[in-house]
Amino acid sequence: MDNELRLFPRLAWSRVRGQLEYRLSFALMLIGYFVMTLADFLAIWVIFQHLPLLAGWSLGEVAFLYGTSYVSFRIADMVVGHLDMLPTLVRTGALDTVLTRPLGSLYQVVTIDFGLRHVGAIAQGLVILVIACTTAGIPWDAGRALMLLVTIACGTAIFIAIWIVGATTVFWTLGSGLEVLNAFTYGGNQMANYPINIYAGWLRRIIAFFVPLAFVTYFPSLYILAREDPLHTPELLRFASPLVALAALLVARAVWGQGIRHYQSTGS
Amino acid sequence: MRLYWEVFRHGYRRWATYRAATAAGVFTNTVFGFLRAYVLVAVFAASATIGGYDRSDALTYVFLGQGMIMAVYMWSWWEIALAIRSGDIVTDLSRPFDYQAYWLAQDLGRACYHAVFRGIPPFVVGAIVFDLRMPESPLTWVLFAASVVMAVCVSFGVRFLVNLAAFWLLDYRGVGAIATACGTFLSGFVVPVAFFPGWLAVIAHALPFRGMIQVPIDVFLEKESGGALFVMLAVQVGWAAALFAAGRLVLRAARRRVVVQGG
Amino acid sequence: MAIIEVRDLSKQFRVARPREGARGPLARVRREYTDVRAVERVSFDVEPGEMVGYIGPNGAGKSTTIKMLTGILVPSGGRLTVAGFEPSRQRKEMARHIGVVFGQRTQLWWDLPLADSFTLLKHIYRVPDERFAANLGRCIDTMEMAEFLRTPVRQLSLGQRMRGELTAALLHNPEVLYLDEPTIGLDVVAKSRIREFLTSLNRDAGTTILLTTHDMGDIERLCRRVIIIDRGGILYDGDLERLKARFATERTLVVDLEEPAPALDVPFATVERVEGPRQWLRFQRADTSAAELIAAVARAARIVDLRVDEPSIEDVVLRIYAGAAKGIAINDPSPG
Repeated sequence: MDNELRLFPRLAWSRVRGQLEYRLSFALMLIGYFVMTLADFLAIWVIFQHLPLLAGWSLGEVAFLYGTSYVSFRIADMVVGHLDMLPTLVRTGALDTVLTRPLGSLYQVVTIDFGLRHVGAIAQGLVILVIACTTAGIPWDAGRALMLLVTIACGTAIFIAIWIVGATTVFWTLGSGLEVLNAFTYGGNQMANYPINIYAGWLRRIIAFFVPLAFVTYFPSLYILAREDPLHTPELLRFASPLVALAALLVARAVWGQGIRHYQSTGS
Repeated sequence: MRLYWEVFRHGYRRWATYRAATAAGVFTNTVFGFLRAYVLVAVFAASATIGGYDRSDALTYVFLGQGMIMAVYMWSWWEIALAIRSGDIVTDLSRPFDYQAYWLAQDLGRACYHAVFRGIPPFVVGAIVFDLRMPESPLTWVLFAASVVMAVCVSFGVRFLVNLAAFWLLDYRGVGAIATACGTFLSGFVVPVAFFPGWLAVIAHALPFRGMIQVPIDVFLEKESGGALFVMLAVQVGWAAALFAAGRLVLRAARRRVVVQGG
Repeated sequence: MAIIEVRDLSKQFRVARPREGARGPLARVRREYTDVRAVERVSFDVEPGEMVGYIGPNGAGKSTTIKMLTGILVPSGGRLTVAGFEPSRQRKEMARHIGVVFGQRTQLWWDLPLADSFTLLKHIYRVPDERFAANLGRCIDTMEMAEFLRTPVRQLSLGQRMRGELTAALLHNPEVLYLDEPTIGLDVVAKSRIREFLTSLNRDAGTTILLTTHDMGDIERLCRRVIIIDRGGILYDGDLERLKARFATERTLVVDLEEPAPALDVPFATVERVEGPRQWLRFQRADTSAAELIAAVARAARIVDLRVDEPSIEDVVLRIYAGAAKGIAINDPSPG
């Protein structure tokens, strides 16, 4: 395990160098991702041109949810987004090469690529987040600042876990159902952009307890924004994100292990 | 003409073989429909009408949009750009058919499959769960269908041009990302153009993207009638024609470039 | 102590196929499954320092076996150990002791200079600096790689890339090297360069090599021992020369006579072809020796020149496959 940790910067840097070879197109791509993802926020902004509060939340507060969710999601996308290519790795035999090396298989698949282009999208999320932090009327203190960092870290971990679990299903479906993954990753981000009290009860329960998206932003943000919970959930949930994130990662690792064993017992 | 009919059928069949992928896509499109619908439910809980839309209009808008998204196909279509990169374009251009018409025929075949198998299911699910608005006049269905075909043509016109950019740029994905952003937002896919504040609406009306999503949906919702409806559809057709013409001009320039470089 | 021990190794795949007659949207949902036995009760040992050719027609179970030996696939039955490890349970530990080259895949970083891939592998396998420098230096010298070390892998020729792949597989001094089609697609020069390198590697470092290939030239140049597999089972395991002696029983004597003559009539040989003064005589090893036959020909006509053609290993193997397909038992389980 420590060999793997030690190697991570080296492997990530090797991927970065590969991408920097075409500088102009890389710059264009960064700008492209910035603009493309800004459209997501414009949608929220347009809605608030017509009303002061959405389900009891102000534009600043929703922008805060959006910013934290977006930054977490796009960091996760940068680290594991290429898991979408897993069917290709299986088909080309690259996964076989992975299995002949003295490193964990999940670790190697994750470090096969490092989506530096997502920096454009992360930057967009950060810009919105910084604006939200200054306009949402947050009573800043050390605890809240720390909580913001913890929230982004946990959100990233939860999205990474969702991505891994979703992508691992290709070991059983052989890639034909991969688009379902988008409903949970991109859909998950879309969902976490808004306060969960706008969703119907059944959907909310799924978000809170099955695919734990409510822990990406909603619960911790209640604390940071120092606001009432329209759903009156226990206050303890506001601090539960680290535990949930850890559990999600453990589940993801276990599911990946099952997937690899299934692959190894069926072959390609 | 026979050739293009065969190409059309080929475009259809290429997609028809992936049934599991279709099912997965329908699932995802429907999930997104629900997510967007609940946002609008919350919006219309605070305000009865926005930009002439009521709650029912807006929900119909969402599920029509989710149904049309694959038929219009505004995201990630890079077949021509990939052919340019690999150099296959040289042989493709030397074949005895109209390159643009060839791809249009194939794209319409694809759109036909997507309109039926990716378009109808999300809309039906949306109509079961939410109270959606159906057209009052039977003629509206006909005009809607025609407008969707035009929407595919406008989208194809844009994608064709963006793909040709690969002749001049080493990597087409940067331009692609910007085009995708414009397509997604200015087409009215994310939020109806009717919700846009004045200056943004002016921009959206001045560009072709509105013809990809907003126009067919407004036809379906019977937002315009008589002369105004005619003008809206005429503008959509006009954009499709203009984009085709631009595509041919750019292709001609690209062809010269290929000849100069010796392929 | 054998370095590779394989006992009753089996592998079955479950293959889904659309139900016959099922059409429409449900065709892909309802499936029938059939079990395919890719490898069935295969046993063999490889001693340290051996160089073994593992051959068989496509779909015989060659790559399935290699994938089990390298820990990529988990066996459905039987036992195997490689360098003292059980591949499916101790995959990561074993990986440090083996090297793998799949001819049609790459273990190099596609968009980086070749040398950078080596550096990354050095860290992945935790090769000490001195050993890394020595191993890399030896490969660069013997395979003449210096001029393309800074070239990105995607721009390398197939032969250059294969030299890179071999180097990549050897940086950590593996005890066992698996090669799957290492010379596929290479030209004659590149092939012989790779073969020379493998020979010296086996001789100097004592690396055990298991080689699968369709190129019988590889086998003839490199391997003393061959294992032939077909339909999941071993057809032959033993000495290459003995294989020839057993199955290459038919030889051909080609004689150039002083002047054209009608087909010769000598005992134990049949004239296959006559071309002017040259005649081809086919004979069985069991019936007569080459010397006796030459003497018999010399009694009938004046010989100017002669040669004896041995069947190529390719012919032998083709004959074995064909015999196996007809159900002819040729199993010779006693290793050479």
